[in-house]
Amino acid sequence: MLAPYLPILLLFALATGFAVFSVGIAPFTGPRRYNKAKLDFYECGIEPTPQPMGPSRFPVKYYLTAMLFIVFDIEIIFLYPYAVANKALGLFGLVEIILFVATVFVAYAYVWRRGGLDWD
Amino acid sequence: MITAHGIQSYAWLLVAIPAASALILLTLGRAADKWGHLLGALVPVGLFVYAVFLFFSVKGQSNRKVDLHMFSWIPVARFRVDAGLLLDPLALVFVLLITGVGSLIHIYAVGYMAHDPGRRRFFGYFNLFVAAMLLLVLADNYLAVYVGWEGVGLASYLLIGYYYTRPSAATAGNKAFFANRVGDVGLSIAIMLMFAYFGTTSFAGVFGHFGHGGNATTGVATAIALMLLLGACGKSGQFPLQTWLPDAMEGPTPVSALIHAATMVTAGVYLIARSAPVFDATSAARTVVTIVGAITLLYGCINGAGQDDLKRVLANSTVSQIGYMFLAVGLGPGVYAIGIVHLLGHGFFKAALFLSAGSVMHAMNDRIDMRRFGGLWRVMPITFFVFVCGYLAIIGFPFATGFWTKDKIIEAAFDKGGTSGYLLGIIALVGAGLTAFYMTRALVMTFLGKRRWEPDVHPHECGPVMWLPMAVLAVLSLVGGWLLIFGGGVQEWLTPSVGPSVEAGVHTVSKPVLTAITLVVVALGIAGAWVAFGTRTIPEEQPQNVTVVTRASRRNLYADAFNEAVLMRPGQWFSRALVFFDNRGVDGVVNGLSASFGGGSSRFRRLQSGFVRSYALSMLGGTVAVIAVLLAVRFQ
Amino acid sequence: MTHLLLAAGNTAVSTPSVSYHALAPIFIVLGAAMLGVLVEAAVPRAERFTVQLMVTIVGLVAALVVVGLLHGTRTTTPSPTGNDAFFAGSLSIDGVGLFLQGTVLALALVAALLVSERSVDVGSPIVASAAVVVGSADDRRLTTADRVQTEVFPLMLFAVSGMLIFPIANNLILMFVALEVLSLPLYLMAGLARRRRLLSQEASLKYFLLGAFASAFFLYGLALLYGYADTVDLPGIFTAQQTSGKSDVLLYTGLALLLVGLLFKASVAPFHNWTVDVYVGAPTPVTAFMASCTKVAAFGAILRVLFVGFSSAEWNWRPVIWAVAIASMVVGAVLGLTQTDIKRILAYSSIAHAGFILVGMVAITKQSTASVMFYVLTYGFTTLAAFGMLMLVRDPDGEATQLARWSGLARKSPVVATVMTVLLLSMAGIPLTSGFTGKFYVFRAAWDTAGPLVVIALLSSAVAAFFYLRIVVMMFFAEPPVDSPTIAIPGWAASVALTVGVVVTIVLGVFPQPVIDLASKASYFTG
Repeated sequence: MLAPYLPILLLFALATGFAVFSVGIAPFTGPRRYNKAKLDFYECGIEPTPQPMGPSRFPVKYYLTAMLFIVFDIEIIFLYPYAVANKALGLFGLVEIILFVATVFVAYAYVWRRGGLDWD
Repeated sequence: MITAHGIQSYAWLLVAIPAASALILLTLGRAADKWGHLLGALVPVGLFVYAVFLFFSVKGQSNRKVDLHMFSWIPVARFRVDAGLLLDPLALVFVLLITGVGSLIHIYAVGYMAHDPGRRRFFGYFNLFVAAMLLLVLADNYLAVYVGWEGVGLASYLLIGYYYTRPSAATAGNKAFFANRVGDVGLSIAIMLMFAYFGTTSFAGVFGHFGHGGNATTGVATAIALMLLLGACGKSGQFPLQTWLPDAMEGPTPVSALIHAATMVTAGVYLIARSAPVFDATSAARTVVTIVGAITLLYGCINGAGQDDLKRVLANSTVSQIGYMFLAVGLGPGVYAIGIVHLLGHGFFKAALFLSAGSVMHAMNDRIDMRRFGGLWRVMPITFFVFVCGYLAIIGFPFATGFWTKDKIIEAAFDKGGTSGYLLGIIALVGAGLTAFYMTRALVMTFLGKRRWEPDVHPHECGPVMWLPMAVLAVLSLVGGWLLIFGGGVQEWLTPSVGPSVEAGVHTVSKPVLTAITLVVVALGIAGAWVAFGTRTIPEEQPQNVTVVTRASRRNLYADAFNEAVLMRPGQWFSRALVFFDNRGVDGVVNGLSASFGGGSSRFRRLQSGFVRSYALSMLGGTVAVIAVLLAVRFQ
Repeated sequence: MTHLLLAAGNTAVSTPSVSYHALAPIFIVLGAAMLGVLVEAAVPRAERFTVQLMVTIVGLVAALVVVGLLHGTRTTTPSPTGNDAFFAGSLSIDGVGLFLQGTVLALALVAALLVSERSVDVGSPIVASAAVVVGSADDRRLTTADRVQTEVFPLMLFAVSGMLIFPIANNLILMFVALEVLSLPLYLMAGLARRRRLLSQEASLKYFLLGAFASAFFLYGLALLYGYADTVDLPGIFTAQQTSGKSDVLLYTGLALLLVGLLFKASVAPFHNWTVDVYVGAPTPVTAFMASCTKVAAFGAILRVLFVGFSSAEWNWRPVIWAVAIASMVVGAVLGLTQTDIKRILAYSSIAHAGFILVGMVAITKQSTASVMFYVLTYGFTTLAAFGMLMLVRDPDGEATQLARWSGLARKSPVVATVMTVLLLSMAGIPLTSGFTGKFYVFRAAWDTAGPLVVIALLSSAVAAFFYLRIVVMMFFAEPPVDSPTIAIPGWAASVALTVGVVVTIVLGVFPQPVIDLASKASYFTG
């Protein structure tokens, strides 16, 4: 009865094992050179941005950027299944996806022209 | 009843055009100041021309009742009111009077209001008045009559209070408004009674229940008739709701002319004549109508004799003349038409009198105290001539209008027979003598005798815009009555509406004898006034050492004092008690109710405090309640 | 999952057949909204306001015309094709839907004119720049600047497009999407007031938080109903009630939660608390828009859920409608009594009116459907004009909405006082106004099934009439205050809007027959 779920469990165990192994082995195998960059917060490899001003307040532009990112991120995510099924969906699918992209494009044009992409 | 065709199907324009014109004048604002009065005056003239054509169109038919269905107003289930017009002789007579005399007054007002900054607004109200009045007389059901009725009330309130910055004008406007409201309650109750008993408010539907084959009991008829009478008393300034009418003189004089001569006050007479089938079915209500008429006609005469204000004299004369009309329509089948004929004649001569009074006022820097007039006939010959014509008409001078119309009422009163007939007849006769007395007094004090003018006035004759309409009315005052009764014209014409006029038959007092008696009484009245005012010098101030009668007359026979004591004071106490109750009782209940919503007032206040969390909590509570109710109902 | 994806890659999927012409009004409004966003991006600031107004008006008028052309349509779309019928019939274009769409569009058109009124206040009642911090130097400078946050027009169009979908959605997912599409722009618009900006922003945030809360209820209800019926289609849910063997607890809890989400939008007690604060805080023309259009859309959705999805459960939900109707009428009428601010009074009146409209929903008949449709139409126009009138009576720092400031107004401006009186009399339900006809029609429709409820409704309208008349009495009989407020002369836009509102109020009071006929002819559902 549980047979269909066996591969999933197996994958789960494998992923956990890999993570534990990677983190666990690093202190033993890697060189130990501590410096400022090493001790800092890890932010996707880029230099960490300054601390928020005042008690826990971020400038609103962070949220703006984050939201824009999510919008376009989701656009891409929708494009993938369409790409897979574009033949089957035919002209109808093409029109729909163009409408979808155009809609997001309108938002993009607005943000761009009204200075939403300028950091300062 | 036949359906409208040809020009008859445009009869709705009679109401729509003045209403549209009023709307234009009142909404366009100052943009219409230049031409607003011209539009306002043109409208009734145009309507009059149309009404004449309409008259001949209906006259040419064998059946003189035309029904113009317009639209279904509120057609929900059993409650169905159709908006329609009824073009029958009675309605058309009124339409001609309203538009005809109305046109003359409008033209006159162009001149009279020439220097008033609010002239456009004035004409807007004027047209509104005409629209409402025409709706009132043209409607084919009581509900629409009520709409017109209220419209007339509103317009009169606006016009009487036209100089709204003057406290006395504002008060007079309010007084007219409240007296009318009392009357309106009567009319609305009558309409509700009709709807409750007959399920309809259309004339045809209601009247079908009366007369031959009708199923309405005398009790119902009496109740409806008395309520209609109350409405009529309010609108027509009849006892006991008469006191607003003299105060209504606060408006500009053309307003007085329009309200008194052609429109508003005649609405009550119209209502009773229109409801003839209802009144025919109840002698009790008819008796009340005659009593109201008789009391009012004496009241008006006595009051008129003591006033020093020319317009108030005329106002009281209106009260008394309408009393004559009530007396006539109250006398029942066969006499309605006589009342209507007097109403038409009165429309002519009262308009003439008011317009000439306005002309005098105009010349005397808006003063209306007759003690400061005198000797005006030399400087204002045209006005004097018009006033004399009106005067001859109202006192019933041989062959002038009143002689034909009013004397018929006196005759009809005697013809009623029995003690009550004699009583009513004698009252009407005394009224005629008193009318002659106070009208002679007004004529003498205003136009004859020595000049008692205040030093700063320089009277002059008015311009042709004003005297031309006056002259037309003067001619009508002289010959109009004869035209109206010539060959029984109007009475015969009205037959489809109010039934045949019975003049023939046994007279209690033979006609020539009665005419002679009437003329003697009138002559006595004139002589009395002449001796009292024509041969002596009139003091410029009101003398104080006067008889009880004069004093009472000056104080409107204490009607205002009576109203104050009997109606206003208890009203004030009542409203004070209400305020007390409101503060202690209603607010308590309100607070209590409010409190109970939140389960205790403190929590309730917190719920209203504006905090989102409290709102969310209340929503959650509501949600739980909705779920609980739904499940409880399902699994009960 | 994998095989599904693979299958999709290889074989042709049957594409849904959408009836585009039946959805044209929605497309037009959405297109206009998109165009509006592009206008913001491309047109220089000086011309933006004019161009935006033109786009808005042309879009709304075109959509209204198309709705008119579509009259008599009975169709559900998309049509089911092949085996992929999940969203089939999720929109039903029928008489009720089209009537309400037309009503929303007509009201939105008038509201757009009110929003575009620039004569009564410097710039507009809409803020110059919504993102500027309140009280900052920029803010003080911009309060008197000619600039306007013209995004309000596209936002309004987006909201309208949601309102167009809301009453025709036959599918609860789509209904939810429509709910959000209409709500999100409204949250923003509520925060755009030029004066008293903090109050406005507070209103906006409150509306958003509580709206999100209500949406959550709606979604939860939707989930429960899906659990019960295996479908989110209203006709499917209706069928499932006859065939499903699952517990009715799911069904009725689901319905309850769904209703909460909808009643919230219609500002029905006890889900009304936001109404007063938001109506007072929002810019007055936006309040007018919310009070009229949102109500139409929300009651349209409630009508469809109850009359299509749950018509066989009438006996079960009727007590709930009774209860919330009574609660609304009583809360609106009683709390309105003690208010001293006209905007608050109108807000409470809108709660009371929501109760009156619900009275029309206690019985599923053609007549009651028609009466509800007629009522929202009449109420919409009257309330639009009434809120619009508030814009005209002003103090130096904005609108003078304190009741005391309105005393003796008739002496200062008889026209404003008279027009306001007509509107208030209509709200009070005095004959010869549309308010009377609407109430009469609704109460008549409910009388046979819910006599006592109608009696309660009559009593509360009597109580409510008191506070309307109190304003009238104040305006006509009280002495004006020493420093009486100024009466702004409205520009062409507001003049047209107010005139339309008043004329409709009077015409539908005197001559309602054609519209009543239209409503009864349109009172059919499909799907």
